[in-house]
Amino acid sequence: MLLLIFILPLLASLAVAFSGKALSKWVAFGSSLVTLAVTLLLYSNFHADAAFVKEWKHSWVASQNLNFYVVVDGFSIWLLLLTNFLMPLILLATFKKEIKKANAFYALVLFMQFGLNGVFLSWNGLQYYIFWELALLPIYFIVWLWSEEADKAVRTRTAFKFFIYTLAGSLFMLFGFMYLFSKSPSLDLQDLYQISLNSNEQIILFACFFIAFAVKIPVFPFHTWQADTYRVAPTAGTMLLSGIMLKMGTYSLIRWLVPIFPDGAAFWTPYILVLCAIGIVYGAIIAIRQDNLKNLLAYSSLSHVGLIAAGAFVLTREGFNGSLAQMLAHGINVVGVFFIAEIILNRTGQLSIDTLGGIRSVAPRFFTLSLIVVLASVALPTTNAFIGEFLLLFSLYQYNTWLAVVAGTSVILGAVYMLRMVKKVFLGNVSNRTQSFADLNWSETVVFVALIAVIFVLGLYPKLIFDTAQPVFETILQTASR
Amino acid sequence: MTGLYILILSPLVGFLINGLLGKKLPKAVSGALSSVAILVPFFIALNFFLGFNSGTQVKIDQDVYQWISIGEFNIGFGLLLDQLSSLWLIIITGIGFLIHLYSVSYMHDDEAFSKFFAYLNLFVFFMLVLVLGNNLLITFIGWEGVGLCSYLLIGFWYKNGAYNDAANKAFIMNRIGDLGFLIGIFMIMFYFKTLHFGALKEALGSVHVSHGLIIAITMCLFIGVTGKSAQLPLYTWLPDAMAGPTPVSALIHAATMVTAGIYLISRTDFLFLQAPETMTVIAVIGAATALFAATIGVLQNDIKKVLAYSTVSQLGLMFLALGVGAFSTGVFHVLTHAFFKACLFLGAGSVIHALHGEQDIRNMGGLQKNMPITFLTFLISSIAIAGVPPFSGFFSKDEILAAVFEHNKVLWAVASLASLLTAFYMFRLVFLTFYGNFRGTEDQKHHLHESPWQITVPLTVLALFAAIAGVMGLPEIVSHHHWLKSFLSPVLTPNPHAGHAIGNSEEWMLIGIATTLALGAISYAFVKYISKKELPAAEGTLTGFSNLVYQKYKIDELYSFIIVQPLQRLSVTAYSLFDKVIVDGGVEGVAIAVMSIGKRVRTIQTGNIGYYLLMMVLGIASILAYVFLK
Repeated sequence: MLLLIFILPLLASLAVAFSGKALSKWVAFGSSLVTLAVTLLLYSNFHADAAFVKEWKHSWVASQNLNFYVVVDGFSIWLLLLTNFLMPLILLATFKKEIKKANAFYALVLFMQFGLNGVFLSWNGLQYYIFWELALLPIYFIVWLWSEEADKAVRTRTAFKFFIYTLAGSLFMLFGFMYLFSKSPSLDLQDLYQISLNSNEQIILFACFFIAFAVKIPVFPFHTWQADTYRVAPTAGTMLLSGIMLKMGTYSLIRWLVPIFPDGAAFWTPYILVLCAIGIVYGAIIAIRQDNLKNLLAYSSLSHVGLIAAGAFVLTREGFNGSLAQMLAHGINVVGVFFIAEIILNRTGQLSIDTLGGIRSVAPRFFTLSLIVVLASVALPTTNAFIGEFLLLFSLYQYNTWLAVVAGTSVILGAVYMLRMVKKVFLGNVSNRTQSFADLNWSETVVFVALIAVIFVLGLYPKLIFDTAQPVFETILQTASR
Repeated sequence: MTGLYILILSPLVGFLINGLLGKKLPKAVSGALSSVAILVPFFIALNFFLGFNSGTQVKIDQDVYQWISIGEFNIGFGLLLDQLSSLWLIIITGIGFLIHLYSVSYMHDDEAFSKFFAYLNLFVFFMLVLVLGNNLLITFIGWEGVGLCSYLLIGFWYKNGAYNDAANKAFIMNRIGDLGFLIGIFMIMFYFKTLHFGALKEALGSVHVSHGLIIAITMCLFIGVTGKSAQLPLYTWLPDAMAGPTPVSALIHAATMVTAGIYLISRTDFLFLQAPETMTVIAVIGAATALFAATIGVLQNDIKKVLAYSTVSQLGLMFLALGVGAFSTGVFHVLTHAFFKACLFLGAGSVIHALHGEQDIRNMGGLQKNMPITFLTFLISSIAIAGVPPFSGFFSKDEILAAVFEHNKVLWAVASLASLLTAFYMFRLVFLTFYGNFRGTEDQKHHLHESPWQITVPLTVLALFAAIAGVMGLPEIVSHHHWLKSFLSPVLTPNPHAGHAIGNSEEWMLIGIATTLALGAISYAFVKYISKKELPAAEGTLTGFSNLVYQKYKIDELYSFIIVQPLQRLSVTAYSLFDKVIVDGGVEGVAIAVMSIGKRVRTIQTGNIGYYLLMMVLGIASILAYVFLK
C-alpha cells in the first residue's frame, strides 16, 4: 500500500502524458481519486493503533549503505492526506478551463504529486533530496509554460527566478547532506537522529538546511519570489505551490532540521523566531493595501506560514501540534482562497479588487461559500485554522510573551485585509465587470463543499490529528533535546 | 443534559434550515420556524431557571467531548449551567423570541428575509455557547461567533458601502479586544494549566503566582471586554453598528451581546477580586465611559444614535458596579437594561417603520396620537432608564450608585451626572418624537400608522418588564430579601473587600438625590422642548464645544489619523520601497554578483594545461599546509 501511493501518481503521469488531450483530465482526476482512496486506507490503520508505523526498505547501493527507505508514521500520514486530498480538488478546479497541451499539463501535475509524496515518505537523506528537487521541476514548467501572464518576458523571468532561487537554497542542503554522509553510517533518518556533531558543525549545517527550507516556505526575508510566482502561475500551480509544496519546508523543519541539529537549533532559534514574527506582521501589513487579489493572498500566506514555521522551533508539544494543525489548515484554506481568485479571474478576466464589487447579489452561493473559507483563513473559532493559530500563538507565548503579542497582531490585521477584500469583491453594487457574473457550477461547488467539510471537521475535532501525531512528536522532542 | 442539548442546538438547526432552504420557504414559514427555534429554548431555559429558583435544579458542568487535548492540556467542549448562565439564557431566548416575532413584521418586505432569520438564529446559537461554555475557550468560541453575526447583521444591507464599513469596523475593533482576551487565555493556560472555570478557581488557591501576573491576566481579559462591550477606548464601533436593521440593534447591540463583558467578568470574578488594581481600572473606565457617552447622547439627532450612546453609557455604569465589587448589582442592571433598552430600540424601529426610514428626530414630532402603543411603551421605558421610582431602572441604578458611593465619592458624582444626562436626553427624545406637531413630510403624515401586533406585542411585554423588573432587587430599606443577590450567591464569589453596607439614612439621601436629579432633568427637557418648543440646531449651525460634542469629540477622526492612516501608509511603503527595492533588490544583487564573479572566474579557465597543473599543486600544497599546521 505504501508503495502504491508512490507508484500510482507516477504511472498515472506517464499514462496521462500519452493519452489524448480530451481524456487526460479524466484520467488524471480518476487516478488522483484512487491515490486518495489508497491514502485513506493507509490512514485507517491509525484507527486501531495511533502509534502505527509502516516502513519499506530496499538496499540501493549496498557498498555505500544507501537505501531506498520509505516510512509512514502519524506525522507524515497527515501530509500525505493533505497532498492526496487536495490533488483531486486542484484538478477539479481546472475543469472549466481550456488548457493548452492538456495532457502534458496534467502529466506534470501528477508527476509533482509523485515528488511531493516522495518527500513526505522518504526516510533516507539522499532519496529525500532527490524527491525534493523532483517536485520542483514540474512546477517550474507549469509556472513558465501555462502562465496566464500576458507579458512573455515577465513570465519567463518570474519562473526562472523562482527556479533558481529555490534551487540555490536547496544546494545548501545538498552540501549539508554530503557532509552528514561523511559523518554518519548512513543517511537513514534514525542514524541522523543519533549523529553527534560538535556545536560549530551543527550551527553551520543547521543554517544550510534552514536556508533551503526558508526559501521554500518562505520565511521572511527569503520570500520575494513568492508573490510574483503566485500571481504569474496558473492558479492550479499557485494552489500546488501554496497548498502543498510549501508544506515540504514546514514539514522538514520538524522532521529533518530540529531533531538532527539540536545545538544548531538552540543557537539559531531566537533569530529565526524574530524573523518569523517579522514575517507574520510584515506580510499582513503589506496585504492591507494590495489591489491584485493573488498578490494579496500571497502576502497573507506569507503571514500565515511565518507562524507555522515559528511553531517548529519552540520545541513544545503545542508548537509541533499547532504547526501540523496549521499546515493542514493553511493547505486547505489557501487552496480555497486561491480558488476564489481563480473563479473571479475566469469570470471577469482580471484580479484587481478595486474594479470588482457586488458579486454577492449576482452569485450568492459563491459569496456564502467564499465567506466561510475567508472566515476560516482569519481563524474564526470552530474552523480548522483557529486550532492551529491558537496553539501556535500559545507556543510562542511559552517562548516569549512579547513575541506572542507581536505575532498576535496578525489576528487583527488578518481581519483588516480579508474583510477589506470581501467588501471590495463581493459587497456593494455590481460593477459592469460583475453584473453578469455567473454563480458556481456543480464542479466548483463540489470543490468548495469538500474544503469546507474538512475545515469544520478539523476545527471541531482536531483530536484526529493530535492522536496520531503526538507519539511521533514525543520522539522528535526527545531527539531534539538530546 | 438532553434539555440543554435541545436548548443549544435548536437555534443552530433553525439557522441551517433557513440558511440552506430559506429561499424556497414562504416567508411565513421561514419566520415562524426561526421564532419557534428560539421559543423552544426559552421554555427549557425557563424550566431551568425556575428549577434553580426553587432549588430543585442542580448545576450542570460536563464535557461533551475532548476538543483540544495535547499532553497535559485537555480543553473540553463542555457546558456549564448554573444560576448565572440561566439568567442570561432567559434574557437571550426570552427577549430573543420577542425580537424574532417583531422582525417577522419589521423585515417583511425585505428580499433577504430568510437570510436575516438565519443570521439571527446563528447569533442566538453563539450567544448560548458564550454563556454556557464551561471553559474560557468555549466562551471564546461564542465570543467570536457573536462578533461574526454582529458583522453579518450590521452589514445586512450590503449594497450600502457605509454599512459595510460599519460592519468591518465592528469586527476589527472586536478583534483588537479579542487579542487581549487571547493573551489572557495564554497566561492562564501557561500558569494554571486549565481553562475550566471551576478548575481555575481551585488552581488559583493552590498554584502560587505573583500578584502582578493576576493583574496582567485580568487586564488582558478586560481589554477583550472593552471591545465586546464597547467601553473606552474601543467603543466607537457600537454607534456605527446602528447601520444594521433595528431588531438587530435591540437584540445584539443592546440586550445581549454587548453584555457579554459583564458576563465574563462575573464568571471569573474570583480572578478579578484578587486584582484590586484592575478593579479600579474597570471602575474608572466604566464611569468615564458612562459620562463620556452620555454627553454625546445629549446632542445627537438620530434616534438610534442617541440610544446607541445611551447603551454605551449604561454599559459603563454596569462596569462601574463590577469595578467596585458589586457583581450582582452589575448583573441586575444588565437585566433591567435588557428590558427597557430593547423596548426603546424596538419602539424606535416602530417609529422608523411608520416614517419609512426617517431617523432624524428633528423630522418627527406628535407621534403619540397615531402610535399610542409605541408611545406608551417608549415612555415607560424612558421613565425606567431615567431612574424614576418605582420603575425597574431606578432600582438597579440606585443599587449601583449606593455601591459606588460607599466606595468612592468622585466616581459616585460622575455616575450621578451621567444619570442626570441620561434622564435629559431620553426625555428630549420622547418629547421631540411624540409631542408637539409632526414635522415630517405630508406624504409621511398621510401614512402614519400604529404598527401591527407582531410589533406591539413585544413592545408591550418588554415595557411591562421594564416597569416591574425592579422587584428582583428591592433595596434593604424596603425589603429584607434581595432576591437576585441570594439567587446568584451560589455562583458569585463573596467580595472580601466589601465595606459596610451604607446606613438607612444615607440610602434615603442617595435615593432622594438621584430621584431629584432625574426629575429635574426631565422637567428641564419639558421646559426646553415642550414649553419653549425648541428644536435641535440645524446641521452645521453648532459651534465651539457643542459642535465638538455633536461631532462625537472627533474620536473617529483621531483614530483614523493616529492609527488607520499611518497603517495604510506603512503598508504602501513596506511594499513598494522595502519589499521591492531593499529585500528583493538584495536578492537580485546577490544574483548579479554571482554572475559577475562567474564572468571573471571564467577567464581563469584558459585552457592551458600547465597553468591548471600549477594551480593544482598550489592547491594541494596549501591544503597539506593547513592540515599540518592546524
